Amino acid sequence: MMKEHVFYSLFVIAALVAAMAFMVTGKGKLSIQFQNYVEDKSLRLDSVSYKNVLGQPYNVTMFKYYVGNFRLKNIRGREYATKGYFLINQEEKNSMQISIDNFPEGEYDTLIFTLGIDSMDNCSGAQSGALDPVNGMFWAWNTGYVFLKMEGKSPASNSTARQLEFHIGGYKEPNNCIRVIRLPLKHAVKIGEKKNDIIKVQADVSHLFSAPNPVDFSKLSSVVDYKNASTIADNYATMFKIADEGK
Amino acid sequence: MKKRIIYFVLFPGFFILLLAGFAGDNNYFAITAKDVEFHIPKGFPQPVYDFKNNTPTPAGFVLGRKLFYDPILSKDSSISCGFCHQRIAAFAHIDHALSHGINGLIGKRNVPPLENLVWSSSFMWDGRINHLEMQPLSPISNPIEMNETIRNIIKKLQRNKEYAGMFKAAFKDSVVNSRNILRALAQFTGLMISANSRYDKFMSGEDTLSPSEYKGLQLFRDKCGQCHKEPLFTDNTFRNTGLAMDTNLHDSGVAATNGQMLDMMKFKVPTLRNIEMTYPYMHDGRFRNLKQVLDHYTQKFTKESHADPILVEGIQLTEEDKSNIIDFLKTLTDQTFLHDRRFADPSGHY
Ligand code: HEC
Ligand code: HEC
Repeated sequence: MMKEHVFYSLFVIAALVAAMAFMVTGKGKLSIQFQNYVEDKSLRLDSVSYKNVLGQPYNVTMFKYYVGNFRLKNIRGREYATKGYFLINQEEKNSMQISIDNFPEGEYDTLIFTLGIDSMDNCSGAQSGALDPVNGMFWAWNTGYVFLKMEGKSPASNSTARQLEFHIGGYKEPNNCIRVIRLPLKHAVKIGEKKNDIIKVQADVSHLFSAPNPVDFSKLSSVVDYKNASTIADNYATMFKIADEGK
Repeated sequence: MKKRIIYFVLFPGFFILLLAGFAGDNNYFAITAKDVEFHIPKGFPQPVYDFKNNTPTPAGFVLGRKLFYDPILSKDSSISCGFCHQRIAAFAHIDHALSHGINGLIGKRNVPPLENLVWSSSFMWDGRINHLEMQPLSPISNPIEMNETIRNIIKKLQRNKEYAGMFKAAFKDSVVNSRNILRALAQFTGLMISANSRYDKFMSGEDTLSPSEYKGLQLFRDKCGQCHKEPLFTDNTFRNTGLAMDTNLHDSGVAATNGQMLDMMKFKVPTLRNIEMTYPYMHDGRFRNLKQVLDHYTQKFTKESHADPILVEGIQLTEEDKSNIIDFLKTLTDQTFLHDRRFADPSGHY
């Protein structure tokens, strides 16, 4: 009889402790809004003419890219990682807003993610969702996903149809185009059961053609395999930033 | 009362058995659960492709077979996988040096056999495809092969009643999507296993080799086995065999996929199983017969050719050695595989 009592009280205490632990590590939602820009203006497909660093005019008819494996570092320096990929497509507004449920509650000051598809996930066979080959982001000439597609036109282009065609991908050395993006947040974001701040990430298309490798469209208007791919990848590595307040 | 129940159960049961007897036994194309069991043949290593994530079922296999032989996968419904990959040639293409595709367009490579694919870590002569399930996307979208998109294939299949039923039977989620198409094809091509040649029977003690075949085997192990490694007859690496680049095709092999000079003219070490049936030979089909292949290997190559160190000095073979090796290579012909009814085309086109 006595023994049973002890057992029950132990059980209750254990349950309470477990519940408290659960409360401490509550879950929230990680929400990220992607916004595509060209320099300081929102990207518009087709109609608007932009200029690269060499003054060559161009427009953009397609802009899409894979991001994934989002991680957040909290203000105490601890990192929490998620798995999975999202295809951000300028043409589909819904694709620009992503959210990941069950993210540990906390205050975070750094966002880390991958542009591209890791080699493991690049070699996993037929997949659905963001990685379904129907999304047109799978290379058939060579196995693997295209990480980023930018298409457009420029009178400076050396192709007969004045096309710009930048299909960047590749996960094997020495043509590895996977880039890890690390963005310190200007203000720590809170994630919790009640409140979930939205992180706004901006991608600037013009970076594809500026630094560290300026692109002259009369010399390079098409990248569709390993040739010159890492040149552009080094440029897109610097394409992202956290939005200023009020944007 | 009891008796009535017994009749009630027995009678229809008997009837069903009778029907099954008629339909099952005579049906050359019927696929049973036993037909799709995967066993690692004696002496073979663990496969690279993991069937655990895509366990073959009769319905999945039958769907894969139908897709493989259906020209619906090409833009104008003219070309199927089976058009290029012929069963009688171990799914290579007899007598064409280079593949023929849509509108009679000629490709730049020789059609390889499809056999023991689940032991391959990469596909195509240059290894550019890394997964068996993703492989069909290449011929499907190639403008000179099938010239179609996976998106459009899904639309065509969704409109087709027979396919809708087959996807339902084959996959829990019943959907016609790229994943199920690719997995059904992998169930079919993945089970194309050749491991019952006279060589295999010799290895397991069920058969003997003639003196010249046996001499050929010993020469083969000494001179060729490092690359064409038993029991798969490939070590899954890429090597330069000293072939000069064809001046029309400009095919530099692995180097064309990654720009690395070191990979110039490197091609996959192909399996030699059923080699008797898969002529002509090499990535561009430049050799009509095995004798020409062996004559090639006995040459000395220049340093500039970057031929593999094993080959650069030329392999020393007498004419008799060559004919012994050829005799041995013919013991790799697997009649069971070449005539396996499971892989025959039920529509009878091929
Ligand atoms: C136009 C002819 C043609 C058609 C149609 C075709 N193939 Fe092929 N197949 C080839 C050629 C040629 C190669 C080698 C290509 C290369 O190395 O670049 C090949 C390679 C392969 C390989 C790789 C074999 C290995 O060991 O590396 C597989 C698997 C394969 N094909 C399956 C299929 C399937 C499944 C289909 C139908 C969806 C198909 N093929 C349609 C010609 C064809
Ligand atoms: C250094 C590795 C290496 C050695 C040693 C070697 N091979 Fe090969 N073999 C290859 C490669 C690589 C190819 C494909 C070359 C190509 O198509 O460009 C090949 C192709 C072949 C083919 C044509 C296969 C087909 O499907 O077209 C035959 C037959 C063959 N070898 C037989 C032999 C024999 C017999 C020997 C020994 C005398 C031998 N090989 C030694 C690497 C090797």
